[in-house]
Amino acid sequence: MTLDLLRFTTAGSVDDGKSTLIGRLLYDSKQVFEDQLEHVAQASERRGGEGALDLALLTDGLRAEREQGITIDVAYRYFATAKRRFIIADCPGHRQYTRNMVTGASTADVSVVLIDARRGVLEQSKRHAFISALLGIPEMVVAINKMDLVDYSQERYEELVAEFAGFAEKLKGVKSISYIPMSALNGDNVVERSQLMSWYEGPVLLDLLEQVEVAYDHPNDRPARFPVQWVIRPATGTAGEDYRGYSGQLASGALRRGEEIMVLPGGERTRIAAIDTYDGELEEAMAPMSLTLRLEDDLDISRGELICHPEEAPMVARELEADICWMTDELLRPRSRYLIKQTSRSATAVVDAIEDLVDVHTLERVAAPQELGLNDIGRVHLRTSTPLVFDPYTSNRRTGSFILIDEASNRTVGAGMIAAAA
Amino acid sequence: MSVAARPQLSHLRALESEAIHVMREVAAEFERPVLLFSGGKDSIVLLRLAEKAFRPAPFPFPLMHVDTGHNFPEVIEYRDRRVTELGERLIVASVQESIDNGRAVEETGPRASRNRLQTVTLLDAIAEHGFDAAFGGARRDEERARAKERIMSFRDDFGQWDPKNQRPELWNLYNGRINKGEHVRVFPLSNWTELDVWEYIDQEQLEVPLIYFAHERKVFKRDGMLYAWREGTELIEGEETFEATVRYRTVGDMSCTGGVQSTAATLEEVVLEIAATRITERGETRADDRVSEAAMEDRKKAGYF
Repeated sequence: MTLDLLRFTTAGSVDDGKSTLIGRLLYDSKQVFEDQLEHVAQASERRGGEGALDLALLTDGLRAEREQGITIDVAYRYFATAKRRFIIADCPGHRQYTRNMVTGASTADVSVVLIDARRGVLEQSKRHAFISALLGIPEMVVAINKMDLVDYSQERYEELVAEFAGFAEKLKGVKSISYIPMSALNGDNVVERSQLMSWYEGPVLLDLLEQVEVAYDHPNDRPARFPVQWVIRPATGTAGEDYRGYSGQLASGALRRGEEIMVLPGGERTRIAAIDTYDGELEEAMAPMSLTLRLEDDLDISRGELICHPEEAPMVARELEADICWMTDELLRPRSRYLIKQTSRSATAVVDAIEDLVDVHTLERVAAPQELGLNDIGRVHLRTSTPLVFDPYTSNRRTGSFILIDEASNRTVGAGMIAAAA
Repeated sequence: MSVAARPQLSHLRALESEAIHVMREVAAEFERPVLLFSGGKDSIVLLRLAEKAFRPAPFPFPLMHVDTGHNFPEVIEYRDRRVTELGERLIVASVQESIDNGRAVEETGPRASRNRLQTVTLLDAIAEHGFDAAFGGARRDEERARAKERIMSFRDDFGQWDPKNQRPELWNLYNGRINKGEHVRVFPLSNWTELDVWEYIDQEQLEVPLIYFAHERKVFKRDGMLYAWREGTELIEGEETFEATVRYRTVGDMSCTGGVQSTAATLEEVVLEIAATRITERGETRADDRVSEAAMEDRKKAGYF
């Protein structure tokens, strides 16, 4: 059967019931294996659990988490329905682990933000909604959970929807927001429709996830972007000594045999002689396929260069404005130097200036601070050692994103989204 | 409400493309990668992905098998044949040698297994050959501690995995920077499920060792699982051997891998059986995970796969 693939992330405060929601999703759609249930039942009992199955334990995997009863790291869960194959990135709610939330969100098509109906729209949920939007997740589902604790009150639900919608007006990058009242604990409106909220006529969560449009590229929607990742050049063999293929994954758009292409940052032009895959040549390839290009002219292209159509070229620049999510204890200060990796290209980068900081309460950008700290999000001015070939992140999540790496510790310290050339 | 758009790529093709991308990234960014090949279904898929990523050139890395000496003979035969067909280089790192050299101590008793000893052999081999990246076929759906694993997972110079210290993995940008003596484990199949693996094997018509299909075998029952009897197996009082029609869902060392009763004798039947199954692959068949609730996590902290 041909299914497509949807990645979604769950986010919310640590007590919002996020792990319970995932456990419920898997349990009700019959995706939980018997031995996993047994593990969970035993662990629930050992912990002095109340007799009811603690579904959150299905997703809490690490020893430290189980001891503390919270989720520390991103857990990936997999399930399929008749309509679709899903990947869930279950992200932690603690401030301390924002970097893991950003990780899970970076490849997601949908963000499920949980609100505790009793406690209302908390700062942590706003932060996660903001991060989801910043990371370009096009669809957001606001799950107003624990409706059982507010007597399934429609009034309370609508109050929370209004509050969140007011906040969300400022969120850029979200194509659409849906709201669902639910009780993950009791199973209302997750997979099965609730009998206790007949006033709600919208879809249950699983239906919505099955129906939302997946972010596959429609070939003509986005310009072609092919970062050269690896050069195939066998010394000997049946392909002949002349074989030179440029391999990579199409980041967006489509390429056809015979088309004129341009290689950046140099600007050389040639035509596609062939699109090779292990399974044979293709007339046309589209994102996110991995493929190998052979070109008509004998250009010497290397990893890190990008192939595109000449009339739809990306930007090339050494000075950029970008939003950074800072992910380490060491502070980001002006004149700090890092390694930058963007598509298949690496360089060194100096942060010339920190231009603003996002206040997560108001979502306003406030005056330039001296530094960015762990979990801060701010706009920076960057200068790189060689030109980068990119699109604004809002146009292309693949060519507009980058990571910063600390040369001394080798850690990934920042997640970046390019706004513009500076 | 939007209607789901017609997919450009099936989920298998999308997963395949992601895996190929991961392998090429590693080839480009590391100096001495190696592919850990066991002859099990996941590493069989890895081999096909390596072909798709690197042909028509040879693989830019050798293959390595950490051989406990207690592997299913059918799997060893398959391994050797496949490697010859591909024309690639195989290194066999032997647990027996580690024992002989005093690097590892053999367990004793009827429940003895060389499973944990593989860690020593693996780390020694990595150090000896100077490998800086090792591809493995592990998936995140296999077990709770693997659900948290990154696609590119950092190991320190003791080969240890620290769950609190894994690097954020954003978009499809992998940070492979390491210091001398360290290495990364790379799992291109991270997002694949057991069913995906079998469907892919079917799609690609990949040959797998026949023990994955129903066959007659002399087994004994222990701890609720069916183990293969072989020369030298120590039985506990009360255990008896008997003939049964079994197949293997996963292929580890014979001493810790249980077969399941099954009549699925073809690829299609296996796929159907997996699709309908109620027990995870590892839960049903791997004694190594049962030792404690956090068994896998503890082994990874010590440098296991």
